[in-house]
Amino acid sequence: MHRTIAEKILQSKTDQKITGPGQIVRCKLSLVLANDITAPLAIKSFREMGANKVFDKDKVVFVCDHFTPNKDIDSAEQVSVTRSFAQEMGITHYYEGGNCGIEHALLPEEGLVGPWDLVIGADSHTCTYGGIGAFSTGMGSTDIAAGMVLGENWFKVPPSIKVDLHGKMGKYVQGKDVILKLIGTIGVSGALYKALEFGGSGVDKMSIESRLTIANMAIEAGAKAGLFPADKKTLKYTRKAGRSDEEIKPDKFAMYESEIDMEIKGMAPQVALPHLPENVKGVDEVGELEIHQAVIGSCTNGRIEDMRQAADILRGRKVDKHVRCIIIPATPRVWSDCVHEGLMQVFIDAGAIISPPTCGPCLGGHMGILAKGERAISTTNRNFRGRMGSLDSEVILSNPAVAAASAVTGRVTDPRSL
Amino acid sequence: MEYKGKAHVVGENIDTDAIIPARFLVTTDEAELGRHCMSGLEENWVSRVSKGDIMVAGENFGCGSSREHAPVAIKGAGIPVVIAHSFARIFYRNAFNTGLILLEVGDEYQKISDGEMLTVDTEKGTITTAEGVVISCSPVPSFMQEILDAGGLVGYVRKQIGAE
Repeated sequence: MHRTIAEKILQSKTDQKITGPGQIVRCKLSLVLANDITAPLAIKSFREMGANKVFDKDKVVFVCDHFTPNKDIDSAEQVSVTRSFAQEMGITHYYEGGNCGIEHALLPEEGLVGPWDLVIGADSHTCTYGGIGAFSTGMGSTDIAAGMVLGENWFKVPPSIKVDLHGKMGKYVQGKDVILKLIGTIGVSGALYKALEFGGSGVDKMSIESRLTIANMAIEAGAKAGLFPADKKTLKYTRKAGRSDEEIKPDKFAMYESEIDMEIKGMAPQVALPHLPENVKGVDEVGELEIHQAVIGSCTNGRIEDMRQAADILRGRKVDKHVRCIIIPATPRVWSDCVHEGLMQVFIDAGAIISPPTCGPCLGGHMGILAKGERAISTTNRNFRGRMGSLDSEVILSNPAVAAASAVTGRVTDPRSL
Repeated sequence: MEYKGKAHVVGENIDTDAIIPARFLVTTDEAELGRHCMSGLEENWVSRVSKGDIMVAGENFGCGSSREHAPVAIKGAGIPVVIAHSFARIFYRNAFNTGLILLEVGDEYQKISDGEMLTVDTEKGTITTAEGVVISCSPVPSFMQEILDAGGLVGYVRKQIGAE
């Protein structure tokens, strides 16, 4: 049988013979993840299951990133529950405070995920690790509890959609624009229950950061996973994080449910207008839309490439005085790199607000909640109604350069026009 | 099992932020989450719901976050069954794991009007409207039935640990 990347990884984790999409298989897990919102519920289910130890204390990871630094007493209690459980179980990889970053940026950096891994996380953006050739997918807390107890879970083998990318992206265009364009084309349920598998010459030329961004938003098309081949560039990245991984690519005659060709050369930066990630347009087609807040960060776009793009725009410029421009380096390492590269000074001089690593405003948690009538441009992944605050507020999704350019002018702006 | 209740029709692509906004995710308590069910769609939406009522939706219900709080909030609001054109994948798993019943009916959901009484028979796989229209739905996949038979995923894992 000629296999897709999804089928290859699942096959490597089960004794059952994989025959094709739709089959249910039980697979061994490489890693099980939860955060400060989803861990307490998983711990509750874990106790109800009657378990008293996790399957492997090195393979269960807790990252307290959503409401931390804790925004109120209730969220502090959730972290407290998670911390006590981690201590009781002797969990090796527990993150809170100074060692903590946004989970999907942190795990690849720490070398906790890599090619051929099978990862489940109680966070829908767990699909991010597909950017480095891992089959990773979001599940709910009870599924995570089952994973913590058994070290395995069941998977339905997904059909795959092949997305062939051609060409090299232009200035101020990155992975975010590719995935927004794709979601705009196939819609928010365009890949429901399926895997999106990326390939083509456009991938070879693409940075690992951009691949992670694309895989991150596969869920916004309903996909179970967004997968990239692990090539030499991937292995160089994971080696830096202390791993020794093997390449992965699909078989030449792998069966795809459908194929999509996408030319990325000459593509304009894209934006998703309220209130769905599929309402996508080129930034040059949007017209004058006033904004009150710009958010640059999140598991989608809080990596160092994103910070450099934002700094490129903000260098020597000022944020409009009516705009809150919030910059959130996703991890302590990204923070540190921003300091060493002089990007922090650029942000401060421009009048931006710099936050510790947190999911914060992305899900309307804290640090940048919108009032009635306010509009934000944000490098995050969802613009559902009320996502960042009031039900009468709006979120527009973009890449970091567009968000930074918009922060400068106070309206949605094409960075190429500055 | 038979369920009877008033239909509450919501739209397409109802996301988990609409079902339970992030600001309420500071608890795991079912009743508390139930009090805020669908408040991301409309403040106080839950005030119109009586225990046993049924939610009806369009395509891609439950898209967005992996938060299990979403099916728990729906159950907490007293709604045992959701009928939709289709469901988002993570939500689908979460619902079965926590004991919320989902019925996928494709375009047939359009035959149901807001506020009408429905009778749902999960064994026969039928939904009968007040006007006597009968909609059939797909049976629950056998492996999921195994999980349901064990009383959800918690019971299923309990059994497994006990067997080991």
